Amino acid sequence: MLAYSLSEIWSILIMQGFSGLSLFSVLLLMALGLAVIFGQMGVVNLAHGEFMALGAYTVYLSSQLTEAYAPGFAPYYFVFAIGIAFCVAALVGGLVEWGMMRFLYKRPLDTLLATWGLSLIMQQAFRSIFGAREVTPTLPEWLMGSFKPTETIDIPINGVFVMALSLLLTAGVTLFMFRSRIGLRTRATVQNRAMSEAVGINTGLIDRFTFALGCGIAGVAGAAFTTIGSTGPDSGSRYIVDTFLVVVFGGSASMLGTIVSALGIAQTQSISEFFLEGTMGKVTTLMAIVFILMIRPKGLFPSKVRS
Amino acid sequence: MNAMLKVQDLTVRYGQSEVIHSASFQAAKGEILAIMGRNGMGKTTLLKSLIGVIGAASGSVQVDGKEVLDMAPHRRVRSGMAYVPQGRMIFSTLSVWENLVSGAPGAVEKSTFDEIFSLFPVLFDMRKRKGGNLSGGQQQQLAIGRALITNPKVLILDEPTEGIQPSIIKDIARALREIRRIRDLTIVVSEQVVSFMMDVCDRVLVIDRGNFIHEDTRANVDADKVKRLLAV
Repeated sequence: MLAYSLSEIWSILIMQGFSGLSLFSVLLLMALGLAVIFGQMGVVNLAHGEFMALGAYTVYLSSQLTEAYAPGFAPYYFVFAIGIAFCVAALVGGLVEWGMMRFLYKRPLDTLLATWGLSLIMQQAFRSIFGAREVTPTLPEWLMGSFKPTETIDIPINGVFVMALSLLLTAGVTLFMFRSRIGLRTRATVQNRAMSEAVGINTGLIDRFTFALGCGIAGVAGAAFTTIGSTGPDSGSRYIVDTFLVVVFGGSASMLGTIVSALGIAQTQSISEFFLEGTMGKVTTLMAIVFILMIRPKGLFPSKVRS
Repeated sequence: MNAMLKVQDLTVRYGQSEVIHSASFQAAKGEILAIMGRNGMGKTTLLKSLIGVIGAASGSVQVDGKEVLDMAPHRRVRSGMAYVPQGRMIFSTLSVWENLVSGAPGAVEKSTFDEIFSLFPVLFDMRKRKGGNLSGGQQQQLAIGRALITNPKVLILDEPTEGIQPSIIKDIARALREIRRIRDLTIVVSEQVVSFMMDVCDRVLVIDRGNFIHEDTRANVDADKVKRLLAV
């Protein structure tokens, strides 16, 4: 520690803090989709990371098509590609729910196995279609570069973009869940499926919608991911453990918990990884989570009402 | 009798075990029918099979002449049934208002809300409070209000007095009579409390081990006999 001056430590903390915010953004986007599926439906979707990769590959494909057929559209394509990534991932998610998940809701262990199998199938499909090498879409100019608020601090624009996107999407999903009729029905179905049916809610349709929405959000996470890293067939699986950690730590049905948990984990990891070594940083984060979960087994923000 | 609810030869099984044996009964429009029986005699199973939460092995359930047995519960609700389960089962993390509108197919008319809030004024006062933070009696009122939001033709209530304090039980009895008066709907209520049954119902059926063993209209009902049939 004594090797750094006070101003250097300050700059390091800001830079690592921002690096933590970038990690927070990706974790938040991933966890948001997973919180919708795991938190709302109780389904452990081990293929969630692959839906993120699907979104990333969709952006890559959009980039290739734009370059080949509409090069003049290149500065704008990325914004549309995010929407397309959402739609493609949501559509595939909806099909997966219809073709597989709906038969497994009462069998959680089978769900685990089935989604793991699905993740392997999707990874292989990515490998067969796009190759084993990692790919990167051509990003528009406005996403490149960085700005320097001081001489020693360098903030990358793509990091700011991902952060803004994740916050915007989180606000959108929260509004949707708490202000729309479908959101209300989703929350009711989460609480009591049989009773929801008995009050007139088509829970089968809600399940399909919820699963598709969660997968669509993972697709957006994938689109955001392409701005800070390259995409390979197993890119999604690298994030899946941390994402589950975020959702469980936050309290599985709490949107606020997901945000606070993603921020806490990302910042702890990012800052501790600088001052300790990478593995020790991860170990410190995990130990802190285990300790807090021992005190609060239902996560940071459990529900506080009579069941 | 012009039956609003017509149940014929309804048989319900849990695996190999038959719990309801070829049950048949009817309820007319505007009638309040009580189904009485001791614990474990099949009241809840019967009502759950009417709304479709439990599937029936065979038989027929018709609402206003329309067969609903093969329908999922949410479609039975659309066909005119509504269900207030034992133990209320309100959505505890949803607000009172959200609980009320959770099953509504579309926009709810103001008159429907006015009607529900005039029956249960406490629901309006507590409309922003979470359902799980209400007392048992308030939750029961909410569960009935939630069922009424879809403007049902047949209202099914499973032991609405269970775990409720006596003053609230009287309120619920008064509310059921008022609901029938305003909407002229058919009410099927399972109960063990004879005084409540005598207070609200037009006709009583006593169920024992999945069979109806006694039937009477309120005018002719022998309360002591019913109490004996309910005695353990």
